[in-house]
Amino acid sequence: MASIGTGYDLSSTTFSPDGRVFQVEYAAKAVENSGTCVGLRCTDGVVLAVEKAVISKMLVQGTLRRSHIVARHATLTVCGLISDGRVIVDHARAEAEQYKDFYGRPIPGHVLADRIAHFVHVYTLHWHVRPFGCAVLLGVADVDGPQLYLIEPSGLSYRYYACAFGKAKAAARTELEKLKLNGSDGKALISCDEGVKELAKILVKVHDESKDKDTELEMITVTDGKDGGAKLVPRKVVEEAHAAAKAFLEADDMED
Amino acid sequence: MDPYGQEWMNAEHSMGTSIMAVAFDGGVVMGADSRTTTGAYIANRVSDKITPMTDKIYCCRSGSAADTQIISDYVRYYLSMHDIELGEDPDVDTAAKLFRELCYHNKGQLMAGIIVAGWDKHKGGQVFTIPLGGALVQQPFAIGGSGSSYIYGYCDSNFKEGMTKEECMEFVKNALSLAMARDGSSGGVVRLVVIDKDGSERKFFPGNKLPEFWMG
Repeated sequence: MASIGTGYDLSSTTFSPDGRVFQVEYAAKAVENSGTCVGLRCTDGVVLAVEKAVISKMLVQGTLRRSHIVARHATLTVCGLISDGRVIVDHARAEAEQYKDFYGRPIPGHVLADRIAHFVHVYTLHWHVRPFGCAVLLGVADVDGPQLYLIEPSGLSYRYYACAFGKAKAAARTELEKLKLNGSDGKALISCDEGVKELAKILVKVHDESKDKDTELEMITVTDGKDGGAKLVPRKVVEEAHAAAKAFLEADDMED
Repeated sequence: MDPYGQEWMNAEHSMGTSIMAVAFDGGVVMGADSRTTTGAYIANRVSDKITPMTDKIYCCRSGSAADTQIISDYVRYYLSMHDIELGEDPDVDTAAKLFRELCYHNKGQLMAGIIVAGWDKHKGGQVFTIPLGGALVQQPFAIGGSGSSYIYGYCDSNFKEGMTKEECMEFVKNALSLAMARDGSSGGVVRLVVIDKDGSERKFFPGNKLPEFWMG
């Protein structure tokens, strides 16, 4: 941390002599401490999954939500400070609603991603606010098909086929790369139902047992088609996938 | 005599009009007469009441010339911003929604009856009509303006589902000619705009080349 003590890291309105904005880089650090988030674009929608450390035995299951419904066709998970994420969710919902009201059609994925990124970026420009301490994964299923976006605290937005962020992002991305995601025509190969199981496996595999003992998974999907929409994956389904993933990996370990 | 001069010196320009649009499989045909009046005075006998919003969305204007011009200017501006953000051509229903928004929220101050029609890749050829109060209705074909009241019967009996482009053009030309013959505030020439996936094409029929029906 050569930046500390130089005075160049005190405000996001100050550049360092080599052209960096340290406050924005610190915000990215806040995201790296977060429980791992993974997202996967599937044939029929997008699955987003997060791992949450269970901080107390008295904690009610399903509390401290990190995945949110933005609109009927859009979901979002927060990676980093949960309360910062909620501000982004509120804004994303307002953008989606305003767009629908004005243009009479659901907001397309790239427009929503751009608008969220723009909102996040503004918080890196002024001295009286701090950047968001969270990145968000955005899942959208619109007329152009399922799409997955990542928006970082710097205001950058990316579109991915599959993506991971947070504590174990490197390991999780390696695991995602092992999946056969796309056919030769660029179309997705994995369905949302399979995606739920695959992401559970990845989150269990990259989980660091020495740091957090007990974890809970949370998943959200957005699917296209007539019966589609944004839905939290029912707890029962998530728990089954979690248990199956643990069993699968234990069996895998036994073989080794 | 009016102490402030004659009617044509101070009355508002209005388009007592005959306009219509018909959707066919793959596009739309839009048509309008060309008369703009200031009271009884014909201020313009070759007006263009079919106004482009985008390459593939047009609107037919009736009512106050000033009101409908400014509304279409606003909608054209909003659509061009929308086009840039979206990265593709706007949909016809989006354009119609924007017209509705302006007509409804300012209804007390406007005299505007607008038909929006065009082609988009999601739903093909579509026709929408926005009458005085600011309602938005989608129809397979729409007629509007003062002249339209004379041709409701003709249109209802001659419109057929699944007409070809050529049949639609003939239908619009005949209907408008009938309306212009009966309505004192409609007349001049007939202008047509045909829109499909490849863009738009204009057709012009001078007043002496219009189909004639029973003239009494």
